[in-house]
Amino acid sequence: MKVLVPVKRVIDYNVKVRVKADGSGVDLANVKMSMNPFDEIAVEEAIRLKEAGKAEEVVAVSIGVKQAQETLRTALAMGADRAILVVAADDVHHDIEPLAVAKILAKVVEEEQPGLILCGKQAIDNDMNATGQMLSALLGWSQGTFASELDIDGDSAVVTREVDGGLQTIKVKMPAIVTVDLRLNEPRYASLPNIMKAKKKPLDEKTADDYGVDVTPRLEIVKTSEPVARAAGIMVGSVDELVAKLKEAGAV
Amino acid sequence: MAQFVDRQELDFLLFDVMGMDRLTSSDRYAAYDHETAEAILDSAQAIAAKHFEPIAAEMDANEPRVVDGKVVIQQEAKEALAAYAEAGFFAAGFDEGDGGMQMPKLLSLAVSGLFTCANNALANYAFLTQANAAMLRAFGSPEQVATYLPPMLEGRWFGTMCLSEPQAGSSLSDITTKAEPQGDGTYRISGTKMWISGGDHELSENIVHMVLAKIPGGAPGVKGISLFLVPRYRVDENGQVGDWNNITLGGLNHKMGQRGTTNCLLNFSDGGDTIGTLVGAEGAGMAAMFHMMNEARLAVGHGAAMCGLGGYLASLQYARERLQGRHPLNKDATSPQLPIIDHADVRRMLLAQKTAVEGATTLTSWCAALVDRMSVTDDPDEQKRLNGLLDVLTPIAKSWPSEHCLEANKHAIQILGGYGYTRDFPMERFYRDNRLNHIHEGTYAIHGLDLLGRKVRMRGGADFIALLEELDAIATRADAYGELKPHVAALRSAIQELSETTRTLCAEPDVNRSLANATLYLNTFGHVVIAALHLWRAETALTKRGEDDAFRDGVLASCRYFFAYELPKTQTDFAFLRGMDDTCLTMRDAWFGNA
Ligand SMILES: Cc1cc2nc3c(=O)[nH]c(=O)nc-3n(C[C@H](O)[C@H](O)[C@H](O)COP(=O)(O)OP(=O)(O)OC[C@H]3O[C@@H](n4cnc5c(N)ncnc54)[C@H](O)[C@@H]3O)c2cc1C
Ligand SMILES: Cc1cc2nc3c(=O)[nH]c(=O)nc-3n(C[C@H](O)[C@H](O)[C@H](O)COP(=O)(O)OP(=O)(O)OC[C@H]3O[C@@H](n4cnc5c(N)ncnc54)[C@H](O)[C@@H]3O)c2cc1C
Repeated sequence: MKVLVPVKRVIDYNVKVRVKADGSGVDLANVKMSMNPFDEIAVEEAIRLKEAGKAEEVVAVSIGVKQAQETLRTALAMGADRAILVVAADDVHHDIEPLAVAKILAKVVEEEQPGLILCGKQAIDNDMNATGQMLSALLGWSQGTFASELDIDGDSAVVTREVDGGLQTIKVKMPAIVTVDLRLNEPRYASLPNIMKAKKKPLDEKTADDYGVDVTPRLEIVKTSEPVARAAGIMVGSVDELVAKLKEAGAV
Repeated sequence: MAQFVDRQELDFLLFDVMGMDRLTSSDRYAAYDHETAEAILDSAQAIAAKHFEPIAAEMDANEPRVVDGKVVIQQEAKEALAAYAEAGFFAAGFDEGDGGMQMPKLLSLAVSGLFTCANNALANYAFLTQANAAMLRAFGSPEQVATYLPPMLEGRWFGTMCLSEPQAGSSLSDITTKAEPQGDGTYRISGTKMWISGGDHELSENIVHMVLAKIPGGAPGVKGISLFLVPRYRVDENGQVGDWNNITLGGLNHKMGQRGTTNCLLNFSDGGDTIGTLVGAEGAGMAAMFHMMNEARLAVGHGAAMCGLGGYLASLQYARERLQGRHPLNKDATSPQLPIIDHADVRRMLLAQKTAVEGATTLTSWCAALVDRMSVTDDPDEQKRLNGLLDVLTPIAKSWPSEHCLEANKHAIQILGGYGYTRDFPMERFYRDNRLNHIHEGTYAIHGLDLLGRKVRMRGGADFIALLEELDAIATRADAYGELKPHVAALRSAIQELSETTRTLCAEPDVNRSLANATLYLNTFGHVVIAALHLWRAETALTKRGEDDAFRDGVLASCRYFFAYELPKTQTDFAFLRGMDDTCLTMRDAWFGNA
């Protein structure tokens, strides 16, 4: 079985996000970018499936600016076998929307014929939580979202999902799309030897045009603003005092 | 989580100022393109963030203890070092032929810096092992290398450096540890070593000590000192760890800082025989140590800069959030208080830290880049020139950061007011950790003597002159920018004064007198070098005009600050040094009063 893992290049989770002065979005120029943390978990899971003998090949794919090839190299350094870069934007501020991503991925799936697609449940930049679901609809494949456990068993997959109030376990037919949640695994670090090996692994470059997909944004960003500043905290001496203060503030 | 790196600044330093990309044109470092370097830094940062930083405060609060004769350190420390090992960092700096990654020194210094800033005490175990392994690789016999190098590069065995003794610290010629030939090629090592970092613990399967000792009947002083490899557990022909080698832990030292690193009094041949093997030739122990010292001293200077960086980043964050006071003209008591970063004096303290840390990291990185250039040039004259530059720069690269980044930590504490004085914030820990850097690997004073007494006089002053030429070349490059011209003039005049002062001091026949203010000379020399480096950074930032204005303006502000607040001090100091004041030299013991 081949596993396809879409990975997105996003602002690094350590970076303090700055809103652009004109409110049109977040400032991404000269800002450190990394792989979306949920996608790291998806890559890790795919590699573990391969290590367990349940997958033969792991293919990472990224859609966005040319620099996303760095993100793909990270996936390759973690252990993916090869990568596909679909260049769909020149400007780092051009976020490709989930529907366009899903359409491109659907074409990639047509070419690659994977048995499983593992993707992050959402990207930490726009928090859309939509790509996996849209792709499932476009392909007509079954989906298991928010996975905290995954067991591939022949032609079906058992997915434990993190839902409100607990865990839900479902069984879906393969081929399937599974979107992964934080607790599924702990991604490995790219070791130095593997970073070096990754440079020799194949990375194909395509464009959105190759797949005939129009990536023009359909959503209009009306305004982006900083969250309200957090008020200063206070030190309390005991749990009782804490409870009293919370009651005072009407919080409990 | 406390922040331990500013990647934008690091990128600027490595790629724009130092031009690390250019190294890829050499066969040796061809693999280290920009993207690969970033991926390596990412990996190091992720491990440091996950495993090193979160336990830094805890390791400081819970010093290693001895329980039933064994040193106890929290379990997470072992796991962190295992993650470091698994990612391949122990071997990173070693040649591919030795199973390493052949990482350029410039990059490996930056990588080490991430771990140091995240958790200095923990990173020490790894760095000591790497230093020990490098020494073994350079001077060990093929058998010693084959047996001991691989487990160290895998991070299974750790290493130490055993030089100091209770009665011999700065003056190593006075060590008394003995090495008696056993007739079978091995030696029985006996005596006591003091201050041994990482000397005892259960973090690794074995500990490999590099021990300085004297073979009875040898030459007196330094020429009689040899180097020995002495394992904690003896190792059989198959490389298996066997019997205990009779090295006892006399006790752990309770330190001011870097408290998570065990620091030990070790007794050799205590109860039974401690067996070691000679590394290199008899009597060549100090020469071997000196060979490694440039690198060790660079690491200490960089460590000091990293303590400074940790304090800077944390105090900057605090200053942006803490609301306190109003501007002097604002008499409205109902108006909101300002974030303290709006007070000019707080900005002074931030700028003092920023310039100290940037100056220090640029200096240590420059030295590392010179090391890399030495390893890729075939031209023997160029090798000699680079080596000479490093000889003169090393005492400064070790000492300037240890003085001025310690001062930076003082400012970091101050910015937090009362909170900086508590253990709820990392500032006081950075300060305590940093304090060691002023002492070990040669105290500040010893480096002053080394610089003025030896380094600037070597090869008829040729190395010193080569350095002045490098500094002048920086001035020439900066002269292309109108806004830097006043700084260029100030730097040129300081270079001139440094040159004249050095000439005067070296011409003084009374060496005691010429060296009496060597520590001040070291400091003032350092200021001239750091000023030049700020100019280099400013010139580089100007060539990148238009990319990130705030970052570029920050680089220029640092330069301006250093030239306004710090460089002018050198005028007074140089005049004073040339006067060869003997107040300290002639001060009498008895005049100090009763203690
Ligand atoms: C935390 C820690 C870790 C260490 N780790 C190691 C280790 O792993 N291995 C190891 O071998 N050693 C280690 N050391 C020892 C360290 O290198 C010594 O402490 C250092 O060399 C100074 O020696 P000393 O402490 O005996 O001080 P001393 O030599 O007694 O110096 C005391 C003072 O006198 C001054 N002084 C001494 N001689 C002169 C002189 N000729 N001219 C002018 N001033 C002079 C010094 O500058 C200093 O201010 C460590 C020390 C510490 C504190
Ligand atoms: C060990 C200890 C014991 C203490 N004991 C007592 C005690 O017994 N009783 C008591 O009442 N208090 C006590 N204090 C509190 C102490 O007086 C305060 O910590 C001190 O006044 C600083 O206030 P702060 O900590 O709130 O710092 P802040 O006022 O927040 O200052 C933070 C930084 O901002 C700078 N800053 C603030 N305002 C301005 C301004 N307008 N212009 C320029 N710079 C400014 C400060 O110089 C400082 O560097 C104690 C503190 C400590 C650490």
